[in-house]
Amino acid sequence: MEMIKLTIDNKKIEVEKGTTILKAARQFGIDIPTLCHFELGDMGIENKPGGCRICVVEIEGRRNLAPSCITEVQEGMVVNTHNIRVINARRTVLELIISDHPFDCLVCAKSGQCELQHLATQLGIREIPYKGEQSTYRKDTSPSIIRDIDKCILCRRCEMMCNQVQTVGALSAINRGFMSVVAPAFEMNLEDSPCTYCGQCVSVCPTGALTEADHTNEIIRALSDPSKTVIVQTAPAVRAALGEEFGMEPGTLVTGKLVAALRRLGFDYVFDTDFGADLTIMEEGTEFLNRIKGYMAGDTSVKLPILTSCCPGWVNFFEHNFPDLLDVPSTAKSPQQMFGAIAKTYFADKIGVNRNDLVVVSIMPCLAKKYECQRNEFKVNGNPDVDYSISTRELAAFIKLANIDFMDLPDEDFDDPLGESSGAGVIFGNTGGVIEAACRTAYELYTGKKLEKIEFEQLRGLEGIRSATIDFDGLPLNIGIANGLGNARKLLDEVRAGTSNYHAIEIMACPGGCIGGGGQPYHHGYSEILRRRAAAIYTEDERKTIRKSHENPSIIRLYSEFLGEPGSKKAHSLLHTHYFPKGNEVTIHR
Amino acid sequence: MSTKTNTENNVAHEYPYNGSSPQVEVKIKLTADKIEKIDAICRSFGNDPGELINVLHETQSEFGYLPAEVQDVIAQNLRIPVAQVYGVVSFYSFFTMTPKGEHPISICLGTACYVRGSEKILEEFKKELKIDVGETTPDGKFSINCLRCVGACGLAPVVMVGERVFGRVSPESVKQIIAEYKD
Repeated sequence: MEMIKLTIDNKKIEVEKGTTILKAARQFGIDIPTLCHFELGDMGIENKPGGCRICVVEIEGRRNLAPSCITEVQEGMVVNTHNIRVINARRTVLELIISDHPFDCLVCAKSGQCELQHLATQLGIREIPYKGEQSTYRKDTSPSIIRDIDKCILCRRCEMMCNQVQTVGALSAINRGFMSVVAPAFEMNLEDSPCTYCGQCVSVCPTGALTEADHTNEIIRALSDPSKTVIVQTAPAVRAALGEEFGMEPGTLVTGKLVAALRRLGFDYVFDTDFGADLTIMEEGTEFLNRIKGYMAGDTSVKLPILTSCCPGWVNFFEHNFPDLLDVPSTAKSPQQMFGAIAKTYFADKIGVNRNDLVVVSIMPCLAKKYECQRNEFKVNGNPDVDYSISTRELAAFIKLANIDFMDLPDEDFDDPLGESSGAGVIFGNTGGVIEAACRTAYELYTGKKLEKIEFEQLRGLEGIRSATIDFDGLPLNIGIANGLGNARKLLDEVRAGTSNYHAIEIMACPGGCIGGGGQPYHHGYSEILRRRAAAIYTEDERKTIRKSHENPSIIRLYSEFLGEPGSKKAHSLLHTHYFPKGNEVTIHR
Repeated sequence: MSTKTNTENNVAHEYPYNGSSPQVEVKIKLTADKIEKIDAICRSFGNDPGELINVLHETQSEFGYLPAEVQDVIAQNLRIPVAQVYGVVSFYSFFTMTPKGEHPISICLGTACYVRGSEKILEEFKKELKIDVGETTPDGKFSINCLRCVGACGLAPVVMVGERVFGRVSPESVKQIIAEYKD
């Protein structure tokens, strides 16, 4: 590897050829402010349109300042990142950007987390000398995401996420000059576009232009209504990230405090989506085994590979992009919806509450879950199985609103019976976790033998596409795993072409799986945060005494008291769903 | 999924805007032969996404404009998001989503015409037809566009109606030109 010697801020350094000035500086602890630039470390995700010019630096001997995010180092270069000329230029650039930005930081959902606000503080901006035309664009509200385009600074991170990483293609830069906006085709609403609500655009937006549809107020209303019994379920990935919102180290597990906080917020029962995850394994695992057995017996109508269906962003994606393959994914509902269906039947009966007076809330690392719980097929006479879904971020804000000292909370346990879960349920939060959980159960049910080693290390990791062959006692099963919808598309194109040799594929819409979900605390591009969250999830699994879904006593009881067998008629009507071809054409009336 | 089944013969598609989405007039009926025409244009460029601008050029010269449905078919053929197609259509002023009038009026704003007062002529057309540049009269008869130099600077200021060139146009003669094409 050829090395380049250069000087940055009087520091003599040596970096690989092809490195940008920005990365070279950061390698040696010199921080150059950026705005449009975004990268998710080693995950191959990078946005560097070189558009905002906040990262300009002075290169001695050059007439103009250079954007450091797209300028590569050269031998003997002398770079100044913070001299007066650079600072003045940077301030002017920022003042010009802010001159067309609303001044409503006081009531902005992104306040405190806004990179533009942070930069304004860092560069000491106190007044904006430029007065001119202001953008006025309508607010676009969808079930999951709110677009407030007046706050857009055209960094195009969302466009990069939506097109390059997720290959969803809902957002594009349109129009020209001052009229430029990032929007769906024909400036239609997100709801009418092929958006999957994965929320990755929200997770990288530097300002308040893209935020989640906040449902905290509806929950507060339900909690203050004495006629309602309000129960809550919390997804696996939440416990591995919520602590970050309270200043804890990334990767700190806060399961016990999370339960305590939810109880203090007034929820009547605090349950765990991991229970729903265990149930998913029972149903999806059974479906998988049935398909495998049918295939082995020579039944040509059997569809393989089977695809997991827990991720609502992924479900939206295949409905839009692979409407010809709707019989390939498992029919099992997601853990959130399985939980809701059981809560409003089995549990409602147990406590003698009418489903209309039982409010089911979910805490999710996800924005697509908001849309999922509003889908018509998950309602009974208009009453949804899950009433409201809020993100990890919204929950953190809710806890702060209620003046709960999170750090000081004791560790408490989930309530019974929908709070009991196995380690298999917990690892749903990581990419590869669902299929590992399924293997733990499917292996034992198929072979009748006990697993000697519960961990399937070969299924773990953060690479976008992974594969492994698992030996089911002489039956080799090819497993594929994709995280990020662009990677999912690659595996699905193979399935469509008939060249896929997998028996089962797990897909998660977000890079890293749910730990990197669109509703998680903002990672601001630090992929190390995702790694630590993933490690925390595996730690939680290790600490559990029960680590296989089919050994969860509450699950066993649910089947014996209520559902019968996995895949029974009752299980099918409550825990399975069907999919709708949506296509990608936007001018078709749906 | 396929374009063919979704855009059936002679069915006008309503635009799926709801709530606060803006209403864009889309009234084209995409008949099977029109879809085939678009397919053929895309094919002639190898269905290559890199040829998007050329595909749009040719399609616009075929249809006169690029309504949403047409962009959708192009997106499907080139296997790119329709948002991206619309991004290009909305960026270049040459592309239009509004159908041109039966008699498209083009006023030259090139240097020679401009210094000889073509801006006043443009204003007069706008006043007479009560439309702006890029718009079409409600009866679909006239539309106004501007262009830069038609190579007839000796006749400046120049106005084109369809393929016909009018030279040395004065604001006073605008009414007369329009009258020639009425009825």
